[in-house]
Amino acid sequence: MIESAQMKNDTPLRTFDVETIRREFPVLSRSVHGHPLAYLDNGASSQSPNPVIDAVDDYVRRHHSNIHRGVHTLSQEATALYEAARDRVMRFINARARSEIILLHGTTEAVNLVAQSYARPLLRAGDEILITHLEHHANIVPWQMVCAQTGAKLVVAPIDSRGEVSVAAIEALMGPRTRLLACAHVSNALGTVLPVAQLVQSAKSRGIATLIDGAQAVAHMQVDVRALGCDFYVFSGHKMYAPTGVGVLYGREEVLERMPPWQGGGDMILTVSFEGTTYNALPYKFEAGTPNIAGVVGLGAAIGFLESIDRPAAQAHEEALLAYAHATLGTIPGLRVIGTAREKAGLVSWVLDGVHPHDLGTILDQDGIAVRTGHHCAMPVMDFFSVPATTRASFAIYNTFAEIDRLGASLMRALHLFGRGAD
Amino acid sequence: MDLKDLYRDVILDHNRNPRNFGPLPSASADAEGFNPLCGDRLNLHLRVVDERVEDVRFEGQGCAISTASASLMTEAIKGKTRAEALALFERVHALLTEDAAPADESLGKLCALSGVREFPARVKCASLCWHTLASALNSPEPRSVPAVSTE
Repeated sequence: MIESAQMKNDTPLRTFDVETIRREFPVLSRSVHGHPLAYLDNGASSQSPNPVIDAVDDYVRRHHSNIHRGVHTLSQEATALYEAARDRVMRFINARARSEIILLHGTTEAVNLVAQSYARPLLRAGDEILITHLEHHANIVPWQMVCAQTGAKLVVAPIDSRGEVSVAAIEALMGPRTRLLACAHVSNALGTVLPVAQLVQSAKSRGIATLIDGAQAVAHMQVDVRALGCDFYVFSGHKMYAPTGVGVLYGREEVLERMPPWQGGGDMILTVSFEGTTYNALPYKFEAGTPNIAGVVGLGAAIGFLESIDRPAAQAHEEALLAYAHATLGTIPGLRVIGTAREKAGLVSWVLDGVHPHDLGTILDQDGIAVRTGHHCAMPVMDFFSVPATTRASFAIYNTFAEIDRLGASLMRALHLFGRGAD
Repeated sequence: MDLKDLYRDVILDHNRNPRNFGPLPSASADAEGFNPLCGDRLNLHLRVVDERVEDVRFEGQGCAISTASASLMTEAIKGKTRAEALALFERVHALLTEDAAPADESLGKLCALSGVREFPARVKCASLCWHTLASALNSPEPRSVPAVSTE
């Protein structure tokens, strides 16, 4: 289809065999409307490989019990599996200690926990929380809620027409009342990679706490929270080949120590009486109630899977896919890519003249191609680019150049159907 | 399922050239519909005189299905009484959602919407304008009709 881009199919990554990877993901062999599934909606949720499916299956079939409770064998096995997953998460993001890894239900819950347990007791009327214009609703609304509770103000750093944020623009908004900078590592709507290392450094030098939303980053690049130096880093399992309903709050131990518990209940206590309760130590202080044990076991297996592959080669494969997708979309008449940051990862969004994203989503689905259409839980981004919605293709390690060729062909088919295509 | 069953020529035509599109300064009722799934918004303007829809126009941004459905709706209800328009809402709703509903030839061009029911994710696109219409016609305070949401 595109010669220069097609060459990428052959040239890169002798060490990375996408077909071997694909065989690990059972769902990729199914068909949709008579076509092989081309799953390009990984930014919403990625598929799980056999090691994850098997780990969850084995846990449910052989080891399921409640954790941290019983002295019986199954409870000890379940606890060991659960805590082993925590250790894997710790190593995966290079945290200092297992006490810094809080296992939750997802990124959204992690942001809410920080908003309510870290920010709310700290904030006074007139204090400021700094975010950017490209955040997911999950990194906007919890801050709006805590601002309403405390009288603090939400300050929003601008993006430019490429969908980039500049360090200087954010620094200009860091003032004496700024208490926290919360921003994405990778934008879910635009694909922009934010200069988070510089932003954290700028914030730290001014005594401002930092939270990085890594939901769209962890599957695509190696994350080192110690090198970043952020106070909090949050992400979800289901965008990195693990099941839904499990996610991680990383927090620096000294910061987590000072925070009060968020939710009360079992497992987060040491002793309870009607006169008072003493809370459990980290990380259990923030893990009230029975968690998603099977999901956590799956998360541990997903990390094991990622550690078993050549990650730099996988990252290079995804970068080549993204470049090829941009080249392919560039040949479609009337197509405008939304989000043209110089540094992007994992995904591409676009609008197509005369074909609404919702119609496009249906047409691509009929060709077996799964994409996301809509506002991507980032309505302020849609407003900024004056579009009601976009269509988004987001990639994982198992996607192929041939799938992007099919996307291009299906887009041309949509144009013809709507009477927009040249013959 | 065939895409041409969903995107029939009538639908594509009304999407490209929506009828009765624009503001209606003499409206006696305005209603807003919102589809949170896709962010589509629809503003419906009605002039109802003596229980009859004398004029109707719509504005907004939406997919081909929602635009064509609104355009076809405005053509179909203009001149009808309030009761006739509400009865038509019921019949179109059945056409969009009930598998067994026979293609009712008396619905005329609106029959083009029958392909939508094979695409469950898109039924709300087609029904948004009709729910907005019903809300406007049923409201005792036509100037302050609460916004309709498909969720």
